[in-house]
Amino acid sequence: MLLNVNGAQHAVEAAEDTPLVYALRNQLGLKGTRYGCGTDQCGACYILLDDRAVPACDTPLWAAAGKRITTVEGLGTPERPHALQRAFIVEQAAQCGYCSSGILVTCAALLARNPDPSDVEVRAALDRHLCRCGTHNRIVRAVLRAARELRSGQAA
Amino acid sequence: MNLAYRVGSDQASGAPRLPGSLHVNRRLSQWLRIGADGVVEVSVGKVEIGQGIATALAQIAAQELDVAFERVRMIPASTARSPDEAVTSGSLSIQESGSALRYACAEARSIYLAAAAAKLGVPVELLRIADGEIIAASGARTSYWQIADDGLLARNATGTVAPKPAAALDVASAAAPRLDLPDKIFGRPRFVHDLELPGMLHARVLRPVSPFARLESLDAGRTQALAGVIGVVRDGNFAGVLADREETAVKALARLAADTRWSEAETLPDAAGLKDWLMAQRAETKVVDERAPDAQACVAKTLRASYSRPYLAHASIAPSCALAQWRGDALHVWTHSQGIYNLRTDLALAFGVPPQRITVEHAEGAGCYGHNGADDVAFDAALLARAANGRPVRLQWSRADELAWSPFGAAMAIELQADLDAAGAIVGWRHELWSNGHTSRPGRAKSPALLAAWHRENPSERLLAVNPPLANGGGADRNAVPPYEFAARRIVNHRLLDMPLRTSALRSLGAFANVFAIESFLDEIAAEQGEDTVKLRLRYLSDPRAKAVIEAASARAGWRGWQRREGCGHGIGYARYKNSGAYCAVAAEVEAGREIRVRRLVIAVDAGRVVNPDGVANQIEGGAVQAASWTLKEAVRFDRTRVTSDAWETYPILRFSAVPAVEVEILDRPEEASSGAGEAALGPTAAAIGNAVFDALGVRVRDLPITAERIVAAAG
Ligand code: FES
Ligand code: FES
Repeated sequence: MLLNVNGAQHAVEAAEDTPLVYALRNQLGLKGTRYGCGTDQCGACYILLDDRAVPACDTPLWAAAGKRITTVEGLGTPERPHALQRAFIVEQAAQCGYCSSGILVTCAALLARNPDPSDVEVRAALDRHLCRCGTHNRIVRAVLRAARELRSGQAA
Repeated sequence: MNLAYRVGSDQASGAPRLPGSLHVNRRLSQWLRIGADGVVEVSVGKVEIGQGIATALAQIAAQELDVAFERVRMIPASTARSPDEAVTSGSLSIQESGSALRYACAEARSIYLAAAAAKLGVPVELLRIADGEIIAASGARTSYWQIADDGLLARNATGTVAPKPAAALDVASAAAPRLDLPDKIFGRPRFVHDLELPGMLHARVLRPVSPFARLESLDAGRTQALAGVIGVVRDGNFAGVLADREETAVKALARLAADTRWSEAETLPDAAGLKDWLMAQRAETKVVDERAPDAQACVAKTLRASYSRPYLAHASIAPSCALAQWRGDALHVWTHSQGIYNLRTDLALAFGVPPQRITVEHAEGAGCYGHNGADDVAFDAALLARAANGRPVRLQWSRADELAWSPFGAAMAIELQADLDAAGAIVGWRHELWSNGHTSRPGRAKSPALLAAWHRENPSERLLAVNPPLANGGGADRNAVPPYEFAARRIVNHRLLDMPLRTSALRSLGAFANVFAIESFLDEIAAEQGEDTVKLRLRYLSDPRAKAVIEAASARAGWRGWQRREGCGHGIGYARYKNSGAYCAVAAEVEAGREIRVRRLVIAVDAGRVVNPDGVANQIEGGAVQAASWTLKEAVRFDRTRVTSDAWETYPILRFSAVPAVEVEILDRPEEASSGAGEAALGPTAAAIGNAVFDALGVRVRDLPITAERIVAAAG
């Protein structure tokens, strides 16, 4: 089966009902997509399918084939970070960081859709994501910072 | 004088008493290595559990050695090389590891200075160090990296070189960016879950359907026949599968579960009557603390109230995970355990092999708030790996395993009584509590404290949870002794002698419920007397640091200028964690709608000398949000047979839109010993919320969590 992940085509050998999270992590070595519950209840494994944030634990390979898959690794790199990644580091918006990947992915989709979200809108967008370490407020601050940065970048 | 860092002598051994864990790990080379490549490797026995400890310790090393923070590399802990620092818990890391590392680095610095002095032919006094460059007044220079020689640190610490005084600290008291964050933000492999070893197999465990269930029959035939299944393992009530791929292991486990038959009985208490149940159990009773009045006071009236908290789950965001590999009778384990040496001790007991044949290596897990499933999953992995023919095995628990089988924080019932004299002064105080013990960590008993050891064909004894002594902070009785000056007091702890649900250490242990109870009760007394609740507290406190946090939190929260609004309330809670650690006061503002909404938490904390202020703020804020979640939402659910909260749907926690704004004010005390901050805010937050709910609604909820149903019940 062919998957388009972070802009490149990859052949994956797996049954077509395999949840995408295992193919990403174990076949393609993209460990950034974390596993938390396996049933779309925590948000740890979120990825972009085309431009929508969806749970990779609840997306079978057949449903991902032919679509653009973007994982947290595809958002940016230390050399070319996504504005969100830069902002998460500035705000130190994590403790254990296990929830970070899925949250970053959902926020990337949010900012693409709504470049100027309010605090309440960011929280609403993140309500499917659990963070047990209690870093919610830092995360929201980081998302608002990234949004500001993106808007001023576009204005310039 | 800073007690934690005092160097004295150890009466027993005659060796000088060294600071922190340096005392039992004296060799300097165990702690650090200076490389010719310009890197300082630091090796500690405490582990990163999402609290930023690695960063704080790297800051300390950089500070004492006079090298740039970027040069310090933290080496993952392993029983093959690291100092034995027992368990990373109780917010002790900075005290134990930090003070040891501070002295070890100070001594290493002076050894290298002496070597440089000899090399350059100048007296030590004329040398200074800047980022590892050692420069003489004359301009002659060398560096750590030029004289790097492992032989220099292959000796025992003497503890005679004093670390830098507080005033000289710069690196170690400024906010430092966390070393581990870039990996997490860019999605690089970082967690134990991400390790991949050549030839690795994937495993899943089959947990019993209920805590005391017996596996009557297991038909492995159809599971074994699935393509990619390598093996099915059974040992009594323990079973699991091995497969070449992870998705195969998941499918195989579902198959296997369908082909088993269990017998079970009603072994669990009635969840609706938990408080009464706790008070009625067989228990070992201890008077924890007692102070008789100086003179017989005249008791005009006695107030009483009882409080409780339910069993709580760690509910880590990641399921526990471990890797294990046998080579002959040698075992290698990769784990996110908080105590690699303790785990090794119990693995050795469980497998009957000498500890030297076992290597336990730490890799990060998700946030850890106490004794969770990390040790259990490591043992599970090692059990399953025996069927892997020498191949490494990666085992990840399911979400249900994680929520239903990690040890729980113990349920507690607390009864308080206060004697008031005719003038309304509190002249007597009684605190009685009922709870299972608050720790059953591995490495401390004659048989292994690992979950599967109870389930095997030849089971180990189900060890009852115990309580650490009060001198070490206590367990169920942690913070049961009130911080207030009451003329008489009596504190009694009943430790339950039956344990239907396994309990162990969860963040702040008994302090969460004890502080909730004490601070709620004080609020009740204040209301009864018509006195301001902040003033009442200040009146019974003598420690100026205690008063300072209460004053700071209430001032910042605008306590005195509070404008009463319909359905809104404010409340306060205070404690000094373990009665000897960080001081923390929390002011909460709530809004009562269909559910309780916590709008704002204002927190003042005094954790002594602060190494990384942003780290402390992050820990305090995280603890407060977690406490708000426990207080408003959380309880392990069960019927008389099974634990039923085995998914996020049935064990809900606080979500983004319900998380309150949190403001943290740190009162820095550079001359005082550092104390951990991770657990200080939990109890005060719960109390502040409960008191704010009372202020808003006039309803006192004494049994956590404070849900809409509980409010209705308490009002009725
Ligand atoms: S792992 Fe996919 S939502 Fe939890
Ligand atoms: S930072 Fe640990 S779960 Fe969010």
